[in-house]
Amino acid sequence: MRGQESLDVAKGRRVHVTGFLTSAFTAIRHEAYAHGIQCNINLKMQFMLLFSRQGKLRLQKWYVPLSDTQKKKISREVIQMVLARKPKMCSFLEWRDLKIVYKRYASLYFCCAVEDQENELITLEIIHRYVELLDKYFGSVCELDIIFNFEKAYYILDEFILGGEAQETSKKNVLKAIEQADMMQEEAEAPRSVLEEIGLT
Amino acid sequence: MPAVSKGDGMRGLAVFISDIRNCKSKEAEIKRINKELANIRSKFKGDKALDGYSKKKYVCKLLFIFLLGHDIDFGHMEAVNLLSSNKYTEKQIGYLFISVLVNSNSELIRLINNAIKNDLSSRNPTFMCLALHCIANVGSREMAEAFAGEIPRILVAGDTMDSVKQSAALCLLRLYKTSPDLVLMGEWTSRVVHLLNDQHMGVVTAAISLITCLSQKNPDEFKTCVSLAVSRLSRIVSSASTDLQDYTYYFVPAPWLSCKLLRLLQCYPPPEDGAVKGRLVECLETILNKAQEPPKSKKVQHSNAKNAILFEAISLIIHYDSEPNLLVRACNQLGQFLQHRETNLRYLALESMCTLASSEFSHEAVKTHIETVINALKTERDVSVRQRAADLLYAMCDRSNSKQIVAEMLSYLETADYSIREEMVLKVAVLAEKYAVDYSWYVDTILNLIRIAGDYVSEEVWYRVIQIVINRDDVQGYAAKTVFEALQAPACHENMVKVGGYILGEFGNLIAGDPRSSPLVQFNLLHSKFHLCSVPTRALLLSAYIKFINLFPETKSTIQEVLRSDSQIRNSDVELQQRAVEYLKLSSIASTDVLATVLEEMPPFPERESSILAKLKKKKGPGAVSVNELEEGKREGGELNGGGERGDSSAIAGSNASTPSPSADLLGLRTGPPVTAAAPSAGSLLVDVFSEAGVNDDGFLRDLEPPTESSDSLLAEGPGDSDSAPPSVVSEDPATPLPESNELLNKFVCKNNGVLFENQLLQIGIKSEYRQNLGRMYLFYGNKTSVQFITFTTTVTCPGELQSQLNVQSKTVEPLIEGGAQVQQVINIECLTDFSEAPLLNIKFRYGGALQNLTLKLPVTINKFFQPTEMASHDFFQRWKQLSLPQQEAQKIFKANHAMDTEVLKAKLLGLGMALLENVDPNPENFVCAGVIQTKAQQVGSLLRLEPNAQAQMYRLTVRSSKDTVSKRLCELLAEQF
Repeated sequence: MRGQESLDVAKGRRVHVTGFLTSAFTAIRHEAYAHGIQCNINLKMQFMLLFSRQGKLRLQKWYVPLSDTQKKKISREVIQMVLARKPKMCSFLEWRDLKIVYKRYASLYFCCAVEDQENELITLEIIHRYVELLDKYFGSVCELDIIFNFEKAYYILDEFILGGEAQETSKKNVLKAIEQADMMQEEAEAPRSVLEEIGLT
Repeated sequence: MPAVSKGDGMRGLAVFISDIRNCKSKEAEIKRINKELANIRSKFKGDKALDGYSKKKYVCKLLFIFLLGHDIDFGHMEAVNLLSSNKYTEKQIGYLFISVLVNSNSELIRLINNAIKNDLSSRNPTFMCLALHCIANVGSREMAEAFAGEIPRILVAGDTMDSVKQSAALCLLRLYKTSPDLVLMGEWTSRVVHLLNDQHMGVVTAAISLITCLSQKNPDEFKTCVSLAVSRLSRIVSSASTDLQDYTYYFVPAPWLSCKLLRLLQCYPPPEDGAVKGRLVECLETILNKAQEPPKSKKVQHSNAKNAILFEAISLIIHYDSEPNLLVRACNQLGQFLQHRETNLRYLALESMCTLASSEFSHEAVKTHIETVINALKTERDVSVRQRAADLLYAMCDRSNSKQIVAEMLSYLETADYSIREEMVLKVAVLAEKYAVDYSWYVDTILNLIRIAGDYVSEEVWYRVIQIVINRDDVQGYAAKTVFEALQAPACHENMVKVGGYILGEFGNLIAGDPRSSPLVQFNLLHSKFHLCSVPTRALLLSAYIKFINLFPETKSTIQEVLRSDSQIRNSDVELQQRAVEYLKLSSIASTDVLATVLEEMPPFPERESSILAKLKKKKGPGAVSVNELEEGKREGGELNGGGERGDSSAIAGSNASTPSPSADLLGLRTGPPVTAAAPSAGSLLVDVFSEAGVNDDGFLRDLEPPTESSDSLLAEGPGDSDSAPPSVVSEDPATPLPESNELLNKFVCKNNGVLFENQLLQIGIKSEYRQNLGRMYLFYGNKTSVQFITFTTTVTCPGELQSQLNVQSKTVEPLIEGGAQVQQVINIECLTDFSEAPLLNIKFRYGGALQNLTLKLPVTINKFFQPTEMASHDFFQRWKQLSLPQQEAQKIFKANHAMDTEVLKAKLLGLGMALLENVDPNPENFVCAGVIQTKAQQVGSLLRLEPNAQAQMYRLTVRSSKDTVSKRLCELLAEQF
């Protein structure tokens, strides 16, 4: 329980308040307290966006139900905000009552929105692990791989993160699952190629 | 790895994507897309049945088009058909399409659910995972209805593959979030908890998210997870970096799992079992130690993963707030990060320290970093980091450093980013008020604030400075002098003019002796600003002028001249015109005595919650957030919190309602200045004021709300009506409480929430929270009938000496409760010193014409202000002996009223608020507790011993505390509980 951080005021009040402020501070404290105790059901990660330096969306994954218009609006807003950041600035942004955690890899920005109390650094490493997975699968991944094989990028993401929570953090295990699926594809297609071969010979 | 070839399963798709990329303009792209859509449409509609491969390809193209941001209105059916393909890739594309383009088309949902059902029962793990991913991605209510029963079985079945278990756990979590009512735990609770022990780290990683969520909602059912989590964590923390193989991330063993374990523990209080707690403390220490070790890798991933665990551990330490040693160590660690070269770490350290500052154990340690934080505020290049620094300064502020911090914040304000200025202004205003030792400093600070950031100074801020000046005579002269000087500046912010006008109107006389600030000079100074100001400010100034006429008769003719001028008396603004007319008339017909009475100095304002704080809360509260509005569960859980905010906003709404025009009204008159007071238009106001004693909805902007007698002083003491309202209209005859109210009170000694009272008409629910010497209580009045209650009023009184012991403030409650509706009232309680009586709550309302009147005791008892104190056996007995004066002890021997169940007794004693100490009393049957009662005046340490005698069905209760009244009262209260 980290208290409710959207209430910055609540953070770190001392108790010895005096006079007329007392009740107000009680209120804030209690708000923070109540909120913390009753930690609501939150989705850790609310959405993930991959976009280029030119602001082109390359992949979007939403873990909260939103309408298409809302998704578009949010993506636009977030992309704009992240692109406006200068290098060396910190990788975390407060946006509405969420935290945006982002990192740039070559021409691509990877950007996650997590609930306000979520651990920022571990989210940053979620991004990195995803990049590693893509890299390993595609073999030194570049933006084009993700454009042309977007469905694969989604499959890998689903094996790694499900419903906004890490499902499997082992690189080997995630890739094993994807490879198995690829094997099934080849098996399924195998008979045809055999027939073709027979036809040719 | 054959990876790169994966895409050319569908050559057509790759060609299409290339085409799109080659489009030179948006128009060309749209043209190409439309062509493709037409093509796909014709294929789908064509007579020739498409083979699976083509279907897959076209569905995938549609998906691509959709992801480019175009609307797709067909193809859903084809995608659903793919689900039942037995070729994996076709199925996969089908599921992907469904996950991305969910449509609440019920017919399709039925088909989709069917396909999912088949895959779930296929016993093919890859198919099962696909189906589970789809459920987790869509997570709709219909899916929950269809699968919430099935998935738990899959999750705990012995023969389920690990990968399926992982998907099932998170899938269930998603369904639980969507429809908690449909996901029933129960028989499988303990098997789910035991997934924490699973051999497969991936299963644990997935399951723990589910367990954390379930624990938050059902802490008791899942509490066995605490010891399992601790032992799992301990194994990870102590493992060598290679032990966990692929779960080691850049030499850090299982960082994700560690963070999740630490997060799970934050759902619970510190473990009660000494061994478990010891093990956990050891883990936390190890994590802190590791932070000091040299890094095993230079990669940022290594340090990020390591520090992610560290920050999560610090969060847990702060959550427990009971281990001074760990808290101080955490603080020192964060102190190092404050100067780290990584911006991310500086940001997080500032953020985390904010919460540390609120712990009494680490507040002082946090304060030692003040210079670094101030420096961060000045030099950080990233505004989000500067914002964190400002937050931390606010959090670490106390009496000892307030002047420095306020000065720094003020100077930062001059260059602060526009986005955070308003909040900074509010923070400065709050700090200045909270830590004002001498109020001249406070006045200077606020005036500086207006000078530096006038545009960002909201009404609340300048209202507040006026309230304070009015309430403190020692600062009035200084305030008058200072605003007078501030107004000399050629360009003044309008807010300065408002404050100046108000204060000189009230206290200009205090500086009028000096010829440099003679009445006429003051008036001319104010009036020189008049023409530059907006209507509300001008209205305020007019009121200041009429006050001048009273204070300084020599200015009368000058001011009358001003009022009489066409620009006032014929002003196009009704408010200004009316004021000019009425003030002019008042000044010419009323005698000096009447004038003096009517224009008397404002009486002190009742002490109340600072509206600045309310505003600051609102700013940081749920703002214009739409993402979360959609997320139902998010705020509902925090009912108390939400309730509080609703209360606030309705109060604000109320204040808006009562101030239809934006003019600040100096005299506490909204509609009727004196001359028209008797006119019919003001009649209703009169009735209001006199009939609804204490209900004060006329007059001044509510934030400047004066006590009742002042708001109607003009009316009550106007010409021809000399008897003034009684000073405190609120005080009522001390009603006698209901006979059963003592019993009702006893019900709440060991608990804070429940139903306080219920009869055929009314139900009163109660929720309360206490911290230190402060409490907040929410009363919920529910109308059980179908008829509305009217003139519903509640009054909280402190009879007799309780008045000086307890400070109770209640917000007024809606006077009307519709049938079946519920209204809420918030009561803030401050314990000044120890007390024995309970405040009385009087409720009056009309139900179908009959007046209902009942009085209850509010369940505020001294034990609510307990702070539990953990101590070892040795300490306990030492303190016990120290409290050996006969009057410090109270003892009672009484018969058990309830079954003598150990668990029930424990729960009650915990509810009492003291720490229940294990292994202290040599007799394990006995209970001993320790706690400190926090009152504003002092802290009263108390020790308790309860000795049950099961055979005799008797108890002996002994309470010792440093104050005799406390021992006695605690003993009385508790004797009724067992």
